[in-house]
Amino acid sequence: MSHNQNHPKIRIENVSYAYDGKPALHDVTLDVPANAITVFFGPAGGGKTTLLRLINRLNDLVEGTQMSGRVLLDGQDIYAPGTDVPGLRRRVGMVFALPLPLPGTIRENVVYGPKLAGERDQTRLEEIVVRSLTQAALWDEVKDRLDSPASALSGGQQQRLCIARSLALSPEVLLLDEPTSGLDPISTGKVEESLFELKQQYTIVIVPHSIQQAARVADYAAFFLMGDLIEYRPGTEIFTAPRDQRTEDYVTGRFG
Amino acid sequence: MTENSTPTSSQLRWTEFTVEALIRVLGFSTIGFVLLIFFFLLREGVPVFLEVPPGNLFGTRWYPTFDLFGTLPLILGSALVTVTAIAIALPLGVATAVFIREVAPNWAREILKPVIEVLAGIPSVVLGFLGMTLIAPLIRETLGAPTGLTAFTGALILAYMALPTIISVAEDALDAVPKSYRDAGLAMGATQWQTIWRVVVPAARSGIVTAVMLGMGRAIGETMAVMMVTGNAARMPLTLDSLFRPIRTMTATIAAEMGEVAQGSTHYHALFGIGIILFLLTFLINLAAASVMFKKRRRGGLR
Amino acid sequence: MNRYLTQHVGFILLGLSTLLVVVPILVVVGAIVVWGAGAISWEFLTAMPRGGMKAGGIFPAIVGTLLLTLGTAVAAIPVGIGGAIYLAEYARDTWLTRAIRLAIVNLAGIPSVVYGLFGLGLFVLFLGLGTSILAGSLTLAIMTLPIIISTAEESLRAVPTEFRTVSASLGGTRWQGIRNIVLPQATPGIITGVILGLLRAAGETAPILFTVAAFFLPRLPRSPLEQTMALPYHLYVISTQVPGMPLEIKYGTALVLLVLVLSMNVVATVIRSYFRRRRQW
Repeated sequence: MSHNQNHPKIRIENVSYAYDGKPALHDVTLDVPANAITVFFGPAGGGKTTLLRLINRLNDLVEGTQMSGRVLLDGQDIYAPGTDVPGLRRRVGMVFALPLPLPGTIRENVVYGPKLAGERDQTRLEEIVVRSLTQAALWDEVKDRLDSPASALSGGQQQRLCIARSLALSPEVLLLDEPTSGLDPISTGKVEESLFELKQQYTIVIVPHSIQQAARVADYAAFFLMGDLIEYRPGTEIFTAPRDQRTEDYVTGRFG
Repeated sequence: MTENSTPTSSQLRWTEFTVEALIRVLGFSTIGFVLLIFFFLLREGVPVFLEVPPGNLFGTRWYPTFDLFGTLPLILGSALVTVTAIAIALPLGVATAVFIREVAPNWAREILKPVIEVLAGIPSVVLGFLGMTLIAPLIRETLGAPTGLTAFTGALILAYMALPTIISVAEDALDAVPKSYRDAGLAMGATQWQTIWRVVVPAARSGIVTAVMLGMGRAIGETMAVMMVTGNAARMPLTLDSLFRPIRTMTATIAAEMGEVAQGSTHYHALFGIGIILFLLTFLINLAAASVMFKKRRRGGLR
Repeated sequence: MNRYLTQHVGFILLGLSTLLVVVPILVVVGAIVVWGAGAISWEFLTAMPRGGMKAGGIFPAIVGTLLLTLGTAVAAIPVGIGGAIYLAEYARDTWLTRAIRLAIVNLAGIPSVVYGLFGLGLFVLFLGLGTSILAGSLTLAIMTLPIIISTAEESLRAVPTEFRTVSASLGGTRWQGIRNIVLPQATPGIITGVILGLLRAAGETAPILFTVAAFFLPRLPRSPLEQTMALPYHLYVISTQVPGMPLEIKYGTALVLLVLVLSMNVVATVIRSYFRRRRQW
């Protein structure tokens, strides 16, 4: 397993995971660098999404699972007893495959997280709305209708709203699970562009919805197959010169 | 919390802990209530089994003033009224459910369902009152009987009270039959009528059985309407014409007599004893109905 | 062609059965409305009963029923909604959860007169509340719990799981997600369930027979520890216990009770269908 930097933001150490006794990940170890886009890719059922959800402990919500190994954020084990899980999730944001605006207005969606964290100051909340919508490349489209229902936005706008909603908490890490799977090519392009902007400030981990997208955005890429991490290297190498035969078969489209 | 402070994680955790504990307690409270109900029925009712010999208690004569506490006529009275009510309500209810679900056009369904819901909402005392003033005279005249307050009058009203339950549960059961069953029946050249009776209704059988059990539970426990229209004579319904004679049920006995008994007397304990029988009976019926429903409803997954 | 004749006859029979169910309902409601309307006057609704209840109004019975319903609401709503939240949001599939579900099914099936016995044993005698509004309301509250819990749980479960996941992913605790997202979305359904439970309580007679109801009490109750008249019990009394009661007063009382209960029913239905249409998911 190659390491490409001296300070990993996230370190995944010998993680195995199973749902109801059915294994989903076997002994995965990898480091996610800060301020870069790391891609988890591979065929469906490979464990990418499971691993993504382990990084902000969203899998806690699922019953009947078993986990071993450690996940470190800045060197701290996030599964250590006494971990402040809501606090962890504020540091590690998540964007889901389908745009899932909460019921309510655009503004309410953006300030939901900060308000739960106790932010009451109207001026600061207003700043947060402007900043996060701008970062998610949505500000210009919605600045005149912040108080209209979020459900009235188009699919692509809703997904950027969901990104903005995560960014509102100023997370350190942003996890994205096939964020463009329901979007048209133009919206997809907009989301990808905003990711390039965001990686200056954030650590981004993304499960792409296609291999093309993986190749477009990846600084680093990890290939997962049936719960195993097969290969993990800089994106420029893995897509042009994969070392493992299985990676090559997948990248060149022989299966998947 | 002051204007700009953020709650510390320990504050949040404390709220979370308190709320969760409270909700847990509220969730478990239902078990507590059932136990409490059973406990108080036992507490006030068990003495009767010590004070009155079993031969008397399960005898055929209920005359509390003469220390005769034979519950048999009451149990049989409840049974007669309930069974007759179900015998009326089952065919009527299933036929109506089939009509609403399989035959009626949409506009008719839109009218029928709220009308039946209205029936479910009518208080039993109102139905009892109407039974006394409208139905009883009608029955008296058609039968030429001395009184219209008979087991049959009670059964008729109970049947209508059980109908909304039977119809809605049966309808759900019909609804749950996969469309492919219907299509298969029709594709084999059967008429819609044949498909309904040979495919759809048999497939919905367990749901219909549930409906009957729930209707029965409701009928056994019904009090006011029954008390007002059955004439309340505690006699053994052993002859064929018993259906058209006055009768007395367990529920009516409790309701009619509890107001007049001295607390702590044998009669008082006997009424609670009847309460225990009713509690256990409805418990068993509902348990049987629920075991059918629970099987369909296992859950897991994301929460 | 014979088969189609059978079908034709069959459908007609089914239709007749349906009419046999529906027509009596309309007749019953119609009779009460037509014969009861004559009794309704301002005095009937707002005056004390006079002349051995054969004249005057039914004001104390109306107020009594409203007070009992209010008392039931106060006691049953927090417990019912709390129980529903537990079942929908916290409970895992354990034997304890199954026991709770069994308890709810059982509570729903207990005959109303047995609730009356229980209320007499626990609230009136053991806790020494006497025959009082408090004892009656608490008895009715336990009786309505299963209705409130079942409908509230159903509407909580109807809120998409994803909202809970999203809330958690934004650093919300479980309770924050429930309070800020799930409960507001489920509120119309919960209100519907609460009304359905309360209308059952408002129309019940047997549970209040020995716990609160007064045969004749021509004044308003002054405290929750007093007895009160109540509409359903009053209707029972004047139809069975008072000889020579004018028929019109009986029908009038039945009409008031029916209107109270059915209007609650209509409100519940309207809330349900209005919000179902407006829902964003």
